[in-house]
Amino acid sequence: MAAELLEGNAAIAEAAIRAGCEAFYGYPITPQTEVLEHFSKRMPELGRVFLQAESEVASINMVYGAASAGARVMSSSSSPGISLMQEGLSYIACSEVPAVLVNIMRGGPGLGNVQPSQADYFQATKMAGHGDYHMIVLAPSTVQEAIDHVVLAFDLAEKYRTIAMVVADGAIGQMMEPAELPPMRPVRRFEDRPEWALTGAKGRDPNVITSLYLGAENLEAVNIRLQEKLARIKAEEVRWKEYDTDDADLLLVAFGTVGRVCQTVVREARAKGLKVGLLRPITLWPYPEARLHELAGRVKGVFTVEMNAGQMLEDVRLAVEGQCPVGFYGRMGGVIPLPDEILPKLEEFARELGVEGAGDGAAHAEDADA
Amino acid sequence: MPEIPEDMELIYARPKSLTLNHTHYCPGCTHGTIHRLIAEVIDELGVRDRTIAVAPVGCAVLAYNYFNMDSAEAAHGRAPAMATGIKRVSPNNVVFTYQGDGDLAAIGTAEIIQAANRGELFTTIFVNNAIYGMTGGQMAPTTLPGQVTTSSPGGRVVQSHGHPVRMVEIMATLPGVAFATRQQVLDVRGIRKTKKAIKLAFQAQLEGLGFSIVEVLSTCPTNWHMTPEEASTWAKDQMAAYFPVGDTKVIPEVEALAKAR
Amino acid sequence: MQQEIIISGFGGQGTLFAGQLLAHAVMAKGLHVTWIPSYGPEMRGGKARCTVVASDEEIGAPLVRRPSAAIVLNLPSFEAFAEQVKPGGVLVVNSSLVPRRCERTDIRALHIPATDMAEEIGNPRLANVITLGALARATGLVDIEDLEKALDDHLPERHRKLLDLNFRALRLGGEQAG
Repeated sequence: MAAELLEGNAAIAEAAIRAGCEAFYGYPITPQTEVLEHFSKRMPELGRVFLQAESEVASINMVYGAASAGARVMSSSSSPGISLMQEGLSYIACSEVPAVLVNIMRGGPGLGNVQPSQADYFQATKMAGHGDYHMIVLAPSTVQEAIDHVVLAFDLAEKYRTIAMVVADGAIGQMMEPAELPPMRPVRRFEDRPEWALTGAKGRDPNVITSLYLGAENLEAVNIRLQEKLARIKAEEVRWKEYDTDDADLLLVAFGTVGRVCQTVVREARAKGLKVGLLRPITLWPYPEARLHELAGRVKGVFTVEMNAGQMLEDVRLAVEGQCPVGFYGRMGGVIPLPDEILPKLEEFARELGVEGAGDGAAHAEDADA
Repeated sequence: MPEIPEDMELIYARPKSLTLNHTHYCPGCTHGTIHRLIAEVIDELGVRDRTIAVAPVGCAVLAYNYFNMDSAEAAHGRAPAMATGIKRVSPNNVVFTYQGDGDLAAIGTAEIIQAANRGELFTTIFVNNAIYGMTGGQMAPTTLPGQVTTSSPGGRVVQSHGHPVRMVEIMATLPGVAFATRQQVLDVRGIRKTKKAIKLAFQAQLEGLGFSIVEVLSTCPTNWHMTPEEASTWAKDQMAAYFPVGDTKVIPEVEALAKAR
Repeated sequence: MQQEIIISGFGGQGTLFAGQLLAHAVMAKGLHVTWIPSYGPEMRGGKARCTVVASDEEIGAPLVRRPSAAIVLNLPSFEAFAEQVKPGGVLVVNSSLVPRRCERTDIRALHIPATDMAEEIGNPRLANVITLGALARATGLVDIEDLEKALDDHLPERHRKLLDLNFRALRLGGEQAG
């Protein structure tokens, strides 16, 4: 299949369809709506399920139901809608049914705005729902990655019977880039649904999907099992990308939209003689902490850039473990930081650390004014 | 099941759709009766091996321990959303939700009304006992005016607490609903009629006619602080006066089903 | 090699479509490309602009503050971007709707009465395509023929009857850039 110029949101939906998604339940919210609209057109054509629910609360519980029945199922939303889904996510996590969720993040808190944002990092990685659990969180920075991550999310969700969430923002959702869609996988037949699924107790004992475990020791045993699963995910599913880290004096850490913006920063910094590398986490949970720890032992400083007030920064500091100074630059409210504002901040950080090639601070003032 | 000698006739047995587990319900509670009626209907329709029950949050939260069939335990009020999710991907399964008054008429109002309005092809059994049982006797959306509960210690004052909600009357106004009825399990005649209604509701689902709901007036002797007998009498006198027993909506196709049997 | 192009105007002036057309043509040449829109909350009449980045290597930032070229179809866009074009770059101004001239000497500024020209050939909505033709010729990023191919491949079915008129608009624009 050849590359086509694809819009992020529509590509996400089409990728899910080709990954064998047989039901989508969702609610319109900007800047995610194109995902829902694509499903609304394609699913009936293919004889699959599309349902516009009355709310995100209902959407996630419909996903919970369909996942319990053993169907490949997903929903998508944007920040305020994901907040509404937290109840359902907690139930799904404890019940251990596989589900895929896409969050096209927007500026918050509150109603905020519809501009690109990464302010849901905590919500996605630390869990806003109640109880001890985590979701697998994938952060694409290109349309191709968004496609690949949606397909991967379905496979990981089923492999571990967990929730896999793809977090992007309106920039990736509305951007067009050449990208290749995967081949169409057939929808799983009813007879082939997993043996734990609710399909009717024909010739077997009844299956029960529940998150209720009365008795502290019963529930602790469930939690221990969940934690063992999470430990397995942490051991096997950490993903990231690196750019020019081999000889780097400074390491940038950024994900998603600003992750790719930082690729440009690396190029421009190196053109000015500053040896900068980039670690771009692909899985925000599990976080690439071991690799970041290792790199932090080799560089003079780590500089984190985010479209929020410094959320991933906490995980960066935990991974660096004080081996070197950690700097931060972030924009909030839906502002995408561009290379011409990140680079001066990075140079300033480099000068404080006495890194070679950091310049004297005169050159960048002109850039900043421009 | 023991073999029945040729000269004897089996007139009563545990339905296959119930497990051997003892229920946790209080003495005099009518949940057990309603569970049994549902189980008998599912046995009679021969659909146990393709039925999926969705349990609520409330006293019936452990219903899946008693129904001998595939079951899900939903979040509070969300059973209709969960049932929608299941039925849409598994249209050949028989799906029902079992919900109490707090679950269905307070926290889950949006989900039940929207599912009913879409005409989702599942059945809801709505147990109305005018109180929150599991949390220990707080005011429910169906608590009667003047009724004392632990969160309306001076009795329900409609001016400030709002009025009891008549759900099946609301359901009757929704085009997606094929069958809506209110029954009671407070005496033998009521129990028999309730079973008929539950059967008709499941048949409406099997025929793909639309959403079906059976509200059942029930008792909570423990939280009403009454003996089971007093509770039954109070429900018949007080509850049935506010929540009249009878059908609120029967579409002609369901009417035909009822006549056919 | 990297070029960044901003196309800006009112909603309804076809800025987003012109950018997509350019992106398709760039992609067909085997280059990396990104197209990203940015607009206000209005469905019609508000600001509408897009940024196209074309590069021979993997594209990092899909947005720039200072593009190497810009098309400004109305006055607010002129005010926002005329000064932002990088030295050595190209600015295409729709002089039908922008009553100002860019006096910069460090860029190539083309003042084209695109809306008037579009009206003359029979469709005032083709100002976007005319200015795109001029931009293509002035920047050398793609040829007029590349854009024609992109139009042929991607013009929505309902506008198919306007294909020849679109070709004419592209060539008219190209001639303006001499």
